[in-house]
Amino acid sequence: MSETAHADAHDDHDHRPTGWRRWVYSTNHKDIGTMYLALAMVAAIVGAAASVVIRMELHQPGIQFITDFQFYNVLVTAHGFIMVFFVVMPALIGGFGNWFIPLMIGTPDMAFPRMNNISFWLLPAALILLVIAGLIDGGPGTGWTVYPPLANADYHPGMAVDFGILSLHLAGASSILGAINFISTIINMRAPGMTFHRMPLFIWAMLLTAILLLLAIPVLAGALTMLLTDRNFGTAFFDPAGGGDPLLWQHLFWFFGHPEVYIMIIPAFGVISEIVSTFSKKPIFGYLGMAYAMAAIGVVGFIVWAHHMYTVGFNVETRAYFTLATMVIAVPTGIKIFSWLATMWGGSIKFDTPMLFAMGFIFLFVVGGVTGVTLANAGADQAFHDTYFVVAHFHYVLSVAAIFAMYAGFYYWIGKMSGKQYPEGLARLQFWVTFIGVNILFFPQHFAGMAGMPRRIPDYPDAYAGWNMISSWGAYITAVGAILFFVVLWKTLTSKETVSANQWGTGANTLEWTVESPAPFHTHEQTPSISTQPAE
Amino acid sequence: MQNSRRLIIGINSGVAFFFAAFAAFLASGANAAEPKPWQMNFQPAATPVMEKIIDFHNLLLTIQVGIVVLVLGLMLYIIIKFNSKSNPEPSKTTHNTALEVIWTVIPIVILIVLAVPSMKLLFFMDKAPNPEMTLKITGHQWYWSYEYPDNGGFEFDSNMVPDEEIKPGQRRLLEVDNQVVLPVNTEIRLLMTSEDVIHNWAIPSFGVKMDTVPGRTNESWIKVTKPGVYYGQCSELCGVNHGFMPVAVKVVSKEEFKKWTAKAKKEFANAKDAPVKVVEMNSPAQAKLR
Repeated sequence: MSETAHADAHDDHDHRPTGWRRWVYSTNHKDIGTMYLALAMVAAIVGAAASVVIRMELHQPGIQFITDFQFYNVLVTAHGFIMVFFVVMPALIGGFGNWFIPLMIGTPDMAFPRMNNISFWLLPAALILLVIAGLIDGGPGTGWTVYPPLANADYHPGMAVDFGILSLHLAGASSILGAINFISTIINMRAPGMTFHRMPLFIWAMLLTAILLLLAIPVLAGALTMLLTDRNFGTAFFDPAGGGDPLLWQHLFWFFGHPEVYIMIIPAFGVISEIVSTFSKKPIFGYLGMAYAMAAIGVVGFIVWAHHMYTVGFNVETRAYFTLATMVIAVPTGIKIFSWLATMWGGSIKFDTPMLFAMGFIFLFVVGGVTGVTLANAGADQAFHDTYFVVAHFHYVLSVAAIFAMYAGFYYWIGKMSGKQYPEGLARLQFWVTFIGVNILFFPQHFAGMAGMPRRIPDYPDAYAGWNMISSWGAYITAVGAILFFVVLWKTLTSKETVSANQWGTGANTLEWTVESPAPFHTHEQTPSISTQPAE
Repeated sequence: MQNSRRLIIGINSGVAFFFAAFAAFLASGANAAEPKPWQMNFQPAATPVMEKIIDFHNLLLTIQVGIVVLVLGLMLYIIIKFNSKSNPEPSKTTHNTALEVIWTVIPIVILIVLAVPSMKLLFFMDKAPNPEMTLKITGHQWYWSYEYPDNGGFEFDSNMVPDEEIKPGQRRLLEVDNQVVLPVNTEIRLLMTSEDVIHNWAIPSFGVKMDTVPGRTNESWIKVTKPGVYYGQCSELCGVNHGFMPVAVKVVSKEEFKKWTAKAKKEFANAKDAPVKVVEMNSPAQAKLR
């Protein structure tokens, strides 16, 4: 090896490629995390725009401006897909996970940096395929659940659904690769002294999420492949005329789909745990209970899938089992809620924006959680299934809770990521606008649902007009909140005000606060040693 | 069609619209189970199943409101007592085994308290003990057809009345051309299937909601206790006109039902040969899809 090459290989520590190469060829966990966050923001604009258009159409009874009902169904489908696969997952898992797993466990980077690159770059490709799906052959008007026979070639001819399937295949491959990377990193690369029981709860959340992804996504991939061959190659997995069964799809989809909702919410639990502990200036209360409650939610999440299918015509014993199994989830969830409250209890709490969003998360997750217990009962679900009550429920736990965790994590870590101070006053305003907006948006949907309004309809009987109008106003307010967020983002990135290495003070004792802000391109050049539990 | 809708509902005439809707509701008079403006709760129960669902939900709601109020109260207390101004020195507590056991055990007890009535309700609603007649329901894109195998075997289709044909006092998106007619106080077995995609036959005040799945026959049951007209809507996304295939059931006395079946047998004798009516919407994509 020549002298120059040798010197090159041991370049100064901040050596990095420049220009487009830095991003396209990136193997740096921070840059990849930043790209995930950027992708999630772009996708969020599209997904949120779709939901505002839906709410504008539902603002009043009658047809407002969407005369093509297939287009309405495509909007509903696109909103679901984009928010699940291209906003919540990339932001909470790809974005915060990539940024903070290596920082928090004291390792220089992810276990497989090049695989990290491909797992990100599959996502924009998947998003492009999804957009193509929406633009050709009338688009996929199947809902994000893609139930056959509606998703079969007979009822969705053309290539729209095929493009959607391929998009999910790519997004799934991206998630599986990311999950492998996360699991390998967390199991093998923790700093000396950081035993499993000393990992921050955010790391616990990421590990469990990655395991859920690794187990659930292949089932979706298999089901999608079966649907693809049903549509194009004459198989009949889901076609009763050929000896198949449409319900097989629902079983496979929800065997993936139910863990998927925990894949979206467990990272949120992790983010909220860190924030609550930091701002209360107290270690998390009942650390082990918190960690194993998440594990329990993950395990039980795999044996409750058919509660999404109570009205398909199961025998009564099946519905009884899934009712009882589903109700069990309330127990670990309750442990988490009460442990957060106990962490705050006796604390010296500063209500900065991240903490406001964390408090908002906890309260609204409780509201969404108790309606979850209602829906868990197969008997009661017969009145609620496929009504707006269900829409209200899952938007409280996902739209409100997961998005609140994303906002909370953004404000909590933007100083570490950018080195800049976000404008506190404007950020608090953004919290209050969003908090009020989502409640006006989703709470009245409980009423519309109890009165009987079905989901996924472009026009409704006139009696539902009142609550729908209020709900639509809530959507506009929430959209203003989202616009405010981008103003805050712009002001932060252009701000001259910098932050110190540990901007939150004594409460913030995980390892990412030991490196300077913004976190240097390469971090943990000396292996940190852990002698106390960072989370305790 | 859109013009007629716009005629009734100006872009910004929400308030006027509510008065109109309320007036229409008053005008409708007879016992009809339908959603009401600003309704916050279930539609009134018309079957024993729905009565039991409402009872069970009252129990659920009571407990849930209690939990939400408890959490909200604790949070407000924390905000007041444990902010950095009123409590500058944070405590060091990180464990309290007794507390952790309590907040694990109490939810388990609550769930057991809920599980017992939940199971009772579930097993009660599953099957009719002694059905006196059967109604067969078939879902189509985008209308329902009904068959009366025990009362002459006649069959007919039930299409939505399109907006432009709605008469004053009728309910937009809920009225159909041929209502299902059923006898009051009779245990009726419902058999459901579909001939194309999955639909869902639902009537809120009956507490009935069942998917119609192609290749399968699902069973449910009703025993309607009050005569009247009951409305519901398709409750599983079934394509372009999913929002436009309502269910309307007219429940009459047993004598009236007998008279109606005699008449219907003749009227619908050739229904199978008649061309299938489908609510046509002005949709290019739909034309492509059909």
